[in-house]
Amino acid sequence: MSEHLTIGFLPLMDACLPILAQEHGFAREEGLELSFQRDKSWATVLDHLLYGHVDASHLLAPLAIATTLGVGRPAQPLCAPFALGLNGNAITVSNELAAQITTPGLLGDPAEIGARLKPIALARKTEGRPLRFAKTHRYSCHNYMQRYWLAGCGIRPGEDVEMTVVPPPFMSDALAAGEIDGYCVADPWDSMAVDAGHGTIILATSQIWRRGTEKVLAVRRPHLESKRDVFEALIRAMRKAAAQSVDPEAFRENAAILARDEYIGVDKAILLRSISENLVLSNGKPPVHFPDFMFQYGEAANFPWMSHGGWLYTQMARWGQTQFSDANYEAACGVFRPDVYRSALRETGDVLPGANSKVEGSLDRIMPVTTEQGEMVLSDNRFFDGHTFDPDRPRDYLSAFRF
Amino acid sequence: MFAVAKCHFAGHNRLMRIAIVDESAARASVIEDGLRDHGDAQLFVITERAGLMARLQDVDPDVVLIDLANPSRDVLEEYFAVSRALSRPIAMFVDESDDEAIAQSVDAGVSAYVVDGFAPHRVRAIVDLAVRRFYAYSRLQDELNEAKGKLAERETIDRAKRLLMQSRGIGEPEAYGELRRKAMESGKRIAAIAEAVVTAHDLMEGK
Repeated sequence: MSEHLTIGFLPLMDACLPILAQEHGFAREEGLELSFQRDKSWATVLDHLLYGHVDASHLLAPLAIATTLGVGRPAQPLCAPFALGLNGNAITVSNELAAQITTPGLLGDPAEIGARLKPIALARKTEGRPLRFAKTHRYSCHNYMQRYWLAGCGIRPGEDVEMTVVPPPFMSDALAAGEIDGYCVADPWDSMAVDAGHGTIILATSQIWRRGTEKVLAVRRPHLESKRDVFEALIRAMRKAAAQSVDPEAFRENAAILARDEYIGVDKAILLRSISENLVLSNGKPPVHFPDFMFQYGEAANFPWMSHGGWLYTQMARWGQTQFSDANYEAACGVFRPDVYRSALRETGDVLPGANSKVEGSLDRIMPVTTEQGEMVLSDNRFFDGHTFDPDRPRDYLSAFRF
Repeated sequence: MFAVAKCHFAGHNRLMRIAIVDESAARASVIEDGLRDHGDAQLFVITERAGLMARLQDVDPDVVLIDLANPSRDVLEEYFAVSRALSRPIAMFVDESDDEAIAQSVDAGVSAYVVDGFAPHRVRAIVDLAVRRFYAYSRLQDELNEAKGKLAERETIDRAKRLLMQSRGIGEPEAYGELRRKAMESGKRIAAIAEAVVTAHDLMEGK
């Protein structure tokens, strides 16, 4: 007998694993039948999750934490037992701005681009028409990555440049209309702007943090506990889909599946760019191969590191969205559920790391790591400014930043 | 319209300012009509996506009603978070005690945001009304779709009749009679028979 689950999502590349798990029959192998609820805003995705219209959702990891802690709304506990991928976002700016701060068509160095951006941002601020950068949601990695980069380059987000929110499908048009000067979003909404000639991709967020946390599969905690077997089966199915998704033989077919209207609904040729990590950064320029653009399988990319929850919480505190407290820091780490991931995959022989948390940003080369089972390496996971995040010392981490 | 004295924290002394944000102008007006009878409220309808933040700053609403699936909801939540930090406390209508009401509004497809501490019974009445209006609007949509379907059927039957009249040189009542006879014989609806006639004709003509 098969169990039926409904999964909520926004049309973004990193919603692909549950979709591919269903389309390629991995879900069925695990006794699951998946259907999908496609939405247009994270607020709606969250409503559908909290009020039981869906069983699980593709969700911004920080939004799962904010919801659990009751930041901005009454608390409702969510769990993230599976990371849907690492990174996969880019920073796109208007063509005019791009020409001033980088070589359009190439991925430059984040610190150098930032250094060229700073005088422009300050001049625009003095003129009373500050640069405006958009993200998709206030509790998003796009927000924190963009702020991290700007602040690391001496540009104060929210003070030297304005920060606003624009829904992903409208980013490109907002750029063309001059409502914003740049934005950070998941593909395909960067490539769409390039394709329309509205903008230029200047950075991948993985250049800001090589192995940055991104979307998670979110489930209400009581729902996870009551159907734990079913969600563990879902984790196994998505893990198989992840393995298949990095096989170059599968790229074209996967692009065609995801291009369908009920899923992402964007031209498959554009989706293929981020799937194959061959991004066209500027209209008319040849694609650039950047193998670290998006990480969905290797190095246990789907493992829900508790230190990712901790890092995100420090960013919420850093940008004044909440007051840092030790109890909430623990709770934020606890949204990520490596225990569930482990019990789902223990029997499959899949690789499982030895630890549940790690020092983020500490590796500058490939390193073998201790595991519970299987063999595993982690590679360069640095932040562009060289800071490291020790999950045991979050307050020290926060005080290391000027702003 | 803007000449109402502002009294920020004492919601009782000021006309309630309700913003209705909906890209469907038709649905927005259905809600607006329903709320108009609430004597102590001023209504502002926003159907344009562009400039939503600025428009909300101008309106300075106590309550915002927005359709659940509106793509601008994340923009709206940003506005609330920012304006709460800047001027006055605004919160989503998600007081735990009202969880049932929220569940109902989510089911209906409407979502409400309310100034924190704003008279709860008044807000509850507004939201209940919005929920009813949302359902009424969906019913209207269903009826409209049904009516459109009927109209299309009517046109197909007319076309089938004309085809029969031309090819067999019979009058309109006879042509209709033929369609009806065939429908009764085969246990199908007249519209289905007419559809078959039209399709067969188009095929023959290579359309």
